[in-house]
Amino acid sequence: MNIIEISRLTYVYAAAKENTPALNGINLNIGEGEFVAIVGANGSGKSTLARHLNALLLPTEGTCKVMGLDTARPENLWDIRRQVGLVFQNPDNQLVAAIVEDEVAFGPENLGLPPAEIRLRVDKALQAVGLTEQLHFAPHLLSGGQKQRLAIAGALAMEPKCLVLDEATAMLDPQGREEVMQVARDLREQGLTLICITHFMEEAALADRVVVMHQGKIVAQGTPKEILAATDLAKWGLEPPLATEIADRLRRRGLNLPRGICREDELVATLCP
Amino acid sequence: MLNDIALGRYFPGNSLLHRLDPRIKIVLLFLFLAIIFLWVNSLVYLALGSMTAALIFTAKIPLRMVATSLKPLWWIILFTFLLHFFGTEGEGIFQLGSLTATWEGLKQGGLITFRLALLIILSALLTFTTDPLALTDAIESLLSPLKRFGVPAHELAMMMTIALRFIPTIIEETDRIIKAQESRGADFTTGNILTRVKNFVPILVPLFIAAFRRADDLATAMEARCYRGGEGRTRLRRLQLGRLDYTACGVSALIVGGIFLLTQWGII
Repeated sequence: MNIIEISRLTYVYAAAKENTPALNGINLNIGEGEFVAIVGANGSGKSTLARHLNALLLPTEGTCKVMGLDTARPENLWDIRRQVGLVFQNPDNQLVAAIVEDEVAFGPENLGLPPAEIRLRVDKALQAVGLTEQLHFAPHLLSGGQKQRLAIAGALAMEPKCLVLDEATAMLDPQGREEVMQVARDLREQGLTLICITHFMEEAALADRVVVMHQGKIVAQGTPKEILAATDLAKWGLEPPLATEIADRLRRRGLNLPRGICREDELVATLCP
Repeated sequence: MLNDIALGRYFPGNSLLHRLDPRIKIVLLFLFLAIIFLWVNSLVYLALGSMTAALIFTAKIPLRMVATSLKPLWWIILFTFLLHFFGTEGEGIFQLGSLTATWEGLKQGGLITFRLALLIILSALLTFTTDPLALTDAIESLLSPLKRFGVPAHELAMMMTIALRFIPTIIEETDRIIKAQESRGADFTTGNILTRVKNFVPILVPLFIAAFRRADDLATAMEARCYRGGEGRTRLRRLQLGRLDYTACGVSALIVGGIFLLTQWGII
């Protein structure tokens, strides 16, 4: 079953000059339990697309359906937002509460759940991201990676079907990035649909499917091997992952390496069998 | 530079005062403030003074902190005292120019000073012994009956929570901006007051822009998490009155009733 069904979606920002669409005729289906990475250079429209997935933005033309619910219909709004958790880029600007457990409780509180149920969900969500010990911390005392994990816990407490990370690792240091991606992979193992919007190709390499966006359009999609190890990423303003780059250079030096290496562990396994 | 701004002056603890429901604390605080205003009487003040001292002692609030809470109003207290000391008619103690200090003035001034100090210390005790978040919950809960008259109880509480959440973040940011401007040669420490105020503009402008951007981001994040105002919203923590709260109310009622009867009968 498809969680997300987008057809012929076009979106024009009201303030845009000359009505240049930020998204131009997007068609995209995402199945339940899938891990999709959406990559693209700055201004390619990937964040705009993310905001359509839980009805923060509504299509100018075309449709966007979440679990079969049309985002354009106001009566579907809260059901859609409950099903799709969104984690944003800036760790400091998306945390509402002055204490960790209240932060996670914010979503369930908005849903009007009974306090005992909220308690259960808060504990479960904090455990899922490994922040149980920081229950009573103030968010500003957490590291960047911890803040983003907290934001993920806040989304998880709504028990969504699908989690969208909108460049959630862009402002983190490498360690924080690793923490967040580890949590994302764990959640994915548990069957959550994961949509990861990123410009780190190393993150995209972990996905089942990579969707490349360029100037408001989907220009390519396929498995990480097909997309990331392809040579023409540069024409979309993207660079191949480091592992692919190294494999390419070694190949040019005459080492006989197979094509389609895009993860560090694959490269290591190939070089040291 | 800005890290020494103490946010709230909450002293975690487990005393009677700490365990009291924040709503009860607020209500009783207002009750006692009203009594202090209504009865200008040295015996009443002595009774309430000893009560306050007992509360400070049991809550284990350092006396230094109690003194600090008086500091911002120190000049007002001094001024009020001097006004009474020199401005009251009566038997003179000494002469200062055309002003006469009087014994009656000393007594009256002392009483008023004590009253002001009591007001301030009692109010400070509330913030000393109550977690700011509990205080926010209490204010929402106490104001919620006024919702039907258009008082935005939930919105006020949400604003306070967000303020508590963002004040440290914005202080950090201010610090960073100051350092950034200083590293480019900005000078905040010399010059007359006008120059210094003018020099703060390059701090305030980026700070405001960033704050508005934050507000925008936060609003989007809140919407994404199904926030739609206070309607139909539940809370993780619920305030519940316990035996301690009822006892505190009972004791306070006895104190107030006692003072009322004693003054009615003319005993004090």
